[in-house]
Order: sequence, then structure tokens, then C-alpha cells
Amino acid sequence: MNEARRNDKYVPPWTDPKAEPYVRIEKVTKKFGDFVAVDDVSLNIYKNELFCLLGGSGCGKSTLLRMLAGFEQPTSGSIYLDGVDMAGIPPYNRPVNMMFQSYALFPHMSVEDNVAFGLKQERLAKNEVSKRVNDMLGLVQLAQFAKRKPHQLSGGQRQRVALARALVKQPKLLLLDEPLGALDKKLREQTQFELVNLQDRTGVTFVVVTHDQEEAMTLASRIGVMNQGRIVQVGTPTEIYEFPTTRFVADFIGSVNMFEGRIVDEDNDFVRIGAEDARCTIFINHGVAAAPNSTLWVAIRPEKVNISREPPPDASENCTTGIVQDIAYMGDVSIFNVKLDGGKVVKVTQPNLFRHAEETITWEDRVYLHWHPASGVVLLQ
Amino acid sequence: MTRIAYVPLGHRLAHMFEPLARQLVRLPPVRWLLTQVSRLGFSGKSLVISVPYVWLLLFFLVPFVIVLKISFAEQVVAQPPYTALLGWVDEKFLTLKLNIANYLFIVRDSLYWKAYLNSMKVAAISTLLCLLVGYPMAYGIARTSPAWRNVLLMLVILPFWTSFLLRVYAWIGILKNNGIINNILMSLGIIDSPIVMMQTPFAVYVGIVYSYLPFMVMPLYATLEKMDLTLLEAAYDLGCRPFKAFLRITLPLSIPGIVAGCMLVFIPAVGEFVIPELLGGPNTLMIGKVLWDEFFSNRAWPVASAVAIAILLLLVIPIMIFQHYQARDAEAGR
Amino acid sequence: MNQKRSWFLPACLIAGFAFLYVPILSLVIFSFNASKLVTVWGGFSAKWYAELLGNSQILDAAWLSVRIAAINASLAVVLGTMVALVLTRLGPFRGRALLSGMATAPLVMPEVITGLSMLLLFVSLEQWFGWPQGRGVTTIVIAHATFSLAYVAVIVQSRLTQLDESIEEAALDLGARPAKVFFVITLPIIAPALISGWLLAFTLSLDDLVIASFTSGPGSTTLPMVIFSKVRLGVSPEINALATILIAIVAIAVVVAGYFMKRQESMRQRDIQRAIAANQ
Repeated sequence: MNEARRNDKYVPPWTDPKAEPYVRIEKVTKKFGDFVAVDDVSLNIYKNELFCLLGGSGCGKSTLLRMLAGFEQPTSGSIYLDGVDMAGIPPYNRPVNMMFQSYALFPHMSVEDNVAFGLKQERLAKNEVSKRVNDMLGLVQLAQFAKRKPHQLSGGQRQRVALARALVKQPKLLLLDEPLGALDKKLREQTQFELVNLQDRTGVTFVVVTHDQEEAMTLASRIGVMNQGRIVQVGTPTEIYEFPTTRFVADFIGSVNMFEGRIVDEDNDFVRIGAEDARCTIFINHGVAAAPNSTLWVAIRPEKVNISREPPPDASENCTTGIVQDIAYMGDVSIFNVKLDGGKVVKVTQPNLFRHAEETITWEDRVYLHWHPASGVVLLQ
Repeated sequence: MTRIAYVPLGHRLAHMFEPLARQLVRLPPVRWLLTQVSRLGFSGKSLVISVPYVWLLLFFLVPFVIVLKISFAEQVVAQPPYTALLGWVDEKFLTLKLNIANYLFIVRDSLYWKAYLNSMKVAAISTLLCLLVGYPMAYGIARTSPAWRNVLLMLVILPFWTSFLLRVYAWIGILKNNGIINNILMSLGIIDSPIVMMQTPFAVYVGIVYSYLPFMVMPLYATLEKMDLTLLEAAYDLGCRPFKAFLRITLPLSIPGIVAGCMLVFIPAVGEFVIPELLGGPNTLMIGKVLWDEFFSNRAWPVASAVAIAILLLLVIPIMIFQHYQARDAEAGR
Repeated sequence: MNQKRSWFLPACLIAGFAFLYVPILSLVIFSFNASKLVTVWGGFSAKWYAELLGNSQILDAAWLSVRIAAINASLAVVLGTMVALVLTRLGPFRGRALLSGMATAPLVMPEVITGLSMLLLFVSLEQWFGWPQGRGVTTIVIAHATFSLAYVAVIVQSRLTQLDESIEEAALDLGARPAKVFFVITLPIIAPALISGWLLAFTLSLDDLVIASFTSGPGSTTLPMVIFSKVRLGVSPEINALATILIAIVAIAVVVAGYFMKRQESMRQRDIQRAIAANQ
């Protein structure tokens, strides 16, 4: 896997139409009474992937995960794992293991016994069990804590016990419910990389549920963004960030400036959009499949907007002007809130390249905002 | 005063049912259980459900049906001392004799009315007294340091673990004419002749408040302890004085505890037997005592049953309030 | 808290606890009274204890009560735990509301009603099925277990609702079947609740006069029934001695339990401290 990723010829399985998906979720719907938690979701996950389900609370991501684990049965639709229909198979008979958000460590058992629990259910020989437990504890660097009880461990150590316990059974699929949610920020950043590392070394397919977009971007090979029980977009982190397909995704991942407008001129390889609230014409250097005169939106990321006190050479298109309302100095970047003449506030981030900027922009300055024709993303819905 | 109703039923059909089965099978839960068991076989889940279910149906719900039944029977000198309700006439007709004489008797005889009203009064006043004593205690415990809290809480529950009967008995030694209080007061010269406290309503109130105080303090403590203290700080911060903050914030938030505590005291107190018997003496009329006497002294099982049904009818509303709060508590804990 | 009112709550607490404990204290003190007049001090003596130990009626009744209480408590724990499990873990099913109602109503049901209804049930059962033949230990145990199980159910239910359900799900996920999950995971974790439930059921049974009076038969006179018949005739120093022994047993049990709980808690705290220190 690791080798494959470094290989130039590596073709991601999701771009290969002949690749067989490892997990196939087909038109799965889950209702609790009248409430539709998961709404007609179809999704393919491939072997060795680290797939992230990303969404706000109540979007259905955890319910989808629990259906993969077997704690909930789909109201309709089916789930296949490695070609086998999972319908009716209880959690204790699935080759799937889960790492719980609360870790759910057995409080009355030592670390060792916690990790050994799953293997003992398979009735493996004693020495086989202890060998695999020791190997696993070594892998997550907990060998010296084997005899401790969960309450004698720190949060980070508990997280690793939970991970070891789920991984030691060598499941076909490992489900992780907010795996880093209970850790503080510093530890979380460090653990993110450990998790990716571990996934590489064990070759187990991971499905991670998270509400933290940064976590999803760092961990995932692909991300599925969920909203109101539906999958709204599936793609690599880059695709999700740079090429969102809906306003929801553009808005949910990172921050974005959204302009509403109509097409005023178009051809096969360009389109001009009149955006009332941006008070300018936005030029996009590719064609758009939209009905003429329909409303559409242009999303532009704050870091892709240039800010200057002097007007750019060509101010006829992709350029607008406003007054600086707020400045937030973040160290690595500065954030400017610029109020356009029409009243709309646009967010711009600029890297602080120099320690002393010769000509700094300050409050109440009139500034010009402009961007490259490739920067705007046209959204139809 | 016997009303006889004839229920014509087919001869063969009627013989198919044993009397108990007839009573049981009509209950929806039993019908449900029977279908479940036959449909599922005996899976673990239905076993876990059905064992306590059957137990409670048989030993908790069915007894009330039987009490209801016997309250309509006639008293006879026999073993058991009541008549059967259902009988056969010519092996064809099932007869149902409903004797409402017992009810008429307890409605007409003012003794029962007085006993009911007095029981309600005694229970209500005792509950109020319990609340007045218990609320400051629960509040005080909830606001001490956590280490003290556990000790004090233990001290509240501790008397509950020692015999209830003996604790009531202790009050006899304290309240009687040559008891501790009178001895102390007389030796101090405050009074010349003993104050009569035993066999008075006062003794009954003291006994009930004393015995049921832990039942009041525990639920009150549970709600007060859960309360977020920053709410009070917020109220002070917004200019509210402590006493007003108590009235406007603490008191409304502790209503579930107050209701639970009051029901836990009031309902059993209405039917209390031991305390009025030992502390109240022969002149105290309380319905639990009346029932006991009807049953044990007069062997009037049907009248005792009618009295029990009447108590239940009185207590249905408080019991439902209690269950409502209990269920809400259980749901909130989930 | 507020300065002006700071005396009020402590005063309430002191008065309240005095109210709770003075009667108990008086029982203990007068059990050592030489005089037969229970409330007049006639010098120190332990003769009532000697007399109590020679009273075979009381001793037999006490032994019977302890046996009944122990069987009752064990039965109530099994049934009460099942009720709690059904209500917290098995999800919605038809008839759930009725079960939860039947499991909480005994908590507040007046004892005379429970006792009467139980007796009438046993009489009717005997008429219809010939069982139980007469009344005695079996009928008392059944009656006691029925109301004790409600108390156990409340205690276990509150423990189960606090228990993170994902711990049980994790065990399922790791391949343990539901029954095994209960015995290997859930049961050890809720064991303290079961023990306190058992003790409570034991005490309730040991303490009960009214229901036992209805459901007992000749030859099954429990301790509260003996005490009651004696107390009805007036105060008796022997009863004071008995009360003191009971109070001593409870007090010792509480102190021992408290000591162990405290030791366990401080060990736990130390472990947590060490874990935090190790992490930094």
C-alpha cells in the first residue's frame, strides 16, 4: 500500500471503473419513527482506504457507522462487505470492529485483558492470544502499561488502548467514531499522523466519522460530506476543498465568499457572470452547463483573493472595491473583512510574508480586491 | 342487597376455561406474552422479559383483581370466609353475583368516612411537616463540601437500615407520661403534672415525620445536588437578593424532588398501620388500622377488601403523579 | 454563601439530625438500665442482654426472619435486575409501560393493601390449584420479593442508565454474544448496585411487620411480629437490648463498608494522579 502510493503508476481505485468496491452501501435508508436519519445513501469504499464521513451533528454519519457495525439495521437498502450481504448479521458475527467515541474500555479489566477480549471470543489458543496482544501493545507503544486498569491511564493512552483492542482482531473494516474527539488540540495533531501511520502498516480499511474538517483533511484518502442524512459530495480532500459541487460543501469546508449572479455572456471555454452583490462581473475561464438566466453562485476562497490599495492593471473584471472594516492578525496570516459598496462583507486572507510590511493596509482604507479567472468555483445548487 | 346477573354462555365453551385462566387470558399483556412465546420459541430476550413480567402480573396485578372480586362477595362463616362470585345454574348459565353490600356498608357507616378523612388529614399534615423539616436538611447537605455530603447523607439513610418498628417503639419511651420528655420537664420544675402526648394525634405526627423523613430528604437532595450553582451566581450577578433567588430559582427547579418526596411520604402514610396503632392508641381513626381490624379482629374479609379498593381509588391520582415523575426521571437519566 | 444566613442551614442540619438520632440514642442508653421501668434510670446493668439471649421465642423468630430476608433478597435481586435490564436495555416493546408501572407501584403502595391482596391471592390459589398449602415461609418470601424487587429495580436501573452503553456495544462488536456480554461485562460493572440492592431488600424484609402478618401462617412468626406483640403491651427493656444489638450490627457494617469504600476511592484518586503525572 505504502509502496503503491509512492509509485507513480499508482491508480486510485475510485478512478478505476473496473475496481471492485470493498464496502458497498446501496440505497440505505434508516428511519427512527418519522425521523429520517440516513436518507437513501449509496457509497463505495475500497480496500485499504481511509475514508472519512464528515458532517455536523445529527447529519446521520454516526447512524451510518452504526449500521456498518451492525448495531442498527437499515430500514431499506443493503450493505455488502467484501461481497457478502451484511443484512441480519449481528455485530458479534461481523468481521468489523469499532473504536468508540467514549473508547468504551471495560473499566474492570486491565489493558491487556481489554485487548485480549476480542481474541478470546474467537477461542484462540492462549499463547496465540498473548502473542498477538503483546505485538499489538508494542505497536501502539503501551507494552509497559499492560497490567494497568483504564482509569490509571491518560486520555491519549486510553485512546491507543481502544485502537489496539479494535485492531487486534484484524477486522476487514475498522470503524472509528470521532477517534480524536476527546483529546486536546496538541495531542490530536500528533495522533492524527500516528493513526495514518498505523493504517498504512496494518493495511486495514478505516472508516472514520468526524465533525472536524481539519481532521478529515489530514486523515482521509477520501471524504464523504454528509448533510441531513444524505451524502452531498464524495472526493479526495483536494477535490472537496477546491472543487465543491454545492454551496453547502463550499461553505462547510473552510471559509468561502459566496456571490450570487446570472450568466451575462458564455461560450464553450469561458463564462461571464454578473454578480450584483460583488458589484462586478466575474470572469471564469471554463464553460458551465447551466441554463441561461438561471441563478448561480460563485464561491471564492479568502486566500485566493488579492488585496491592494492600488487598483490592479485590469480592473474591468474580477475586481471590486470596498472599505476595510476589520483586521485580524493571526501570526501566519492576516484576515481582512472588507465591506463592499453594496454592503456585502468579503473575507480575505493574506500570508504575512515579511516581518515588517512597508506599506500595511489599515482600518477604513479603501482597497481593491481581485482574483484569477480560475479561482472562482461556479455552483449551480 | 344482592344483585344477580345471568350471563348465558354455551355449555361446552364455558367448561373449557378454568376460573383463573379466564381471568388471566383476558389481560392484554398475557395475551401478548402467549403469542410472543409461541411465535418466537423461547429466545433469551423474551425469557428475560417474561420472567419478571409473569411474576409481577401474578403477584402484583392479579391480587388486586382478586381483592376487587372479594370486595363483591358476601361474608360467611367458612374457610375462606367469603362466597364465590361465579357459580353455575343448571350447568348452563354462568351466574355472576355482585354483592355491593360491602360498599354500601362502608359508605353508610360514618366510622369509615371519618377514618378516610382523618387518614388524608394526618397524611397531608405529616407530609407538609416532613417537607418543612426535610427541605432545609436536604438543602444544607447539598451545599456542604463533598466529603461532608457523603457522611451526612449516610447519616440520613442510616436510621432507615435499623428496624422501623423499633424506631417507632423508641418514641413510646420518649413521649409517654413517665417518659423521657415528661421526666426531664418535671425534674426541671417546668411542669407539675405530665403532659399527655402518647395516644394523641401529636404522637402520630411525630411518628410519621420521624419514620418517613429519609424518604423526603433523599429525592430532595438528589434534585438540589444536581442543580447548577452558577444559575444562582448568575441571579446574584443580575441583582437578585439571595432569598429572592432561592424563591425564583432554587425552589422552582427542585419541584420534581418536592413532588417525589411528598408522594413517597403521603401515599404510604395514608395507609399507615404501625404508627397509629402504637403511638395513636385506640381512639386514632386511620384507614389502615380500620382495614387491619376488619381483617384480623372481625374476619370480615369482604369488607376489608372493599376498604382496600376504596383506599386505592383515593390514592390512584397520587400514585399516577408519582409514576409520572419516576418515569420522567428514568428517561432523563438515559 | 450569604453571610447573614450562614447560621441557618447548619442549625437546621443539627436540629434535623438530633431529631433523627436522639430516639435511637435513648433506646441504646436505656437498654443498659437496671430498672424494669424503661425510662427511669436505675443504674447500669447488662442483665436485659442476658435475658434476651435466653429468650428462645425471640431468637427463633430472629433466625427465621434472617433466613426469609436472605432468600427474599436473592430472589429480589434476580427479578429486579431483570426488570431493570428490560426497561433500560431491551428497547421499546408492547406492554413496556405496564411493566414499568407494576415495577414502581409497590414503592408507594400502602403495606396493608399489599399484605391483604397477597393473602387473598394465596388463599385463592390454594382454592384453585391446591398451592400453596397453607401459609408460611414460602408465602412470606413471595410477598416480600414482590415489593423488594421494585426497590432493587430502581437502584439497578439508575446504575444502568449511568453506564455508558457503548461499553456493552464494544463487547458485542468484539464478538461476544448478548448473554455473555451481560455476564462478563455488565454484571461485574453493576455489581456494587446489586450488592446495595441485596442489602436493601434484606433490610426491607427483616423490617416488615404488616405484609408478614398477612402472609404468615402458624409456626412462621417473624421477628417484627414478636416485637410488635411485645411492644403492644408496653415498653420492655428486652426490646431495648434487641434494638441496641441491631443498631450495633448496622453501625459496624456501615463503618466497615465506609472504610473500604474510602480506601478504594483514595487508591483510585492516587492512580488517576499518577496517570496524569505520567502523561506530562
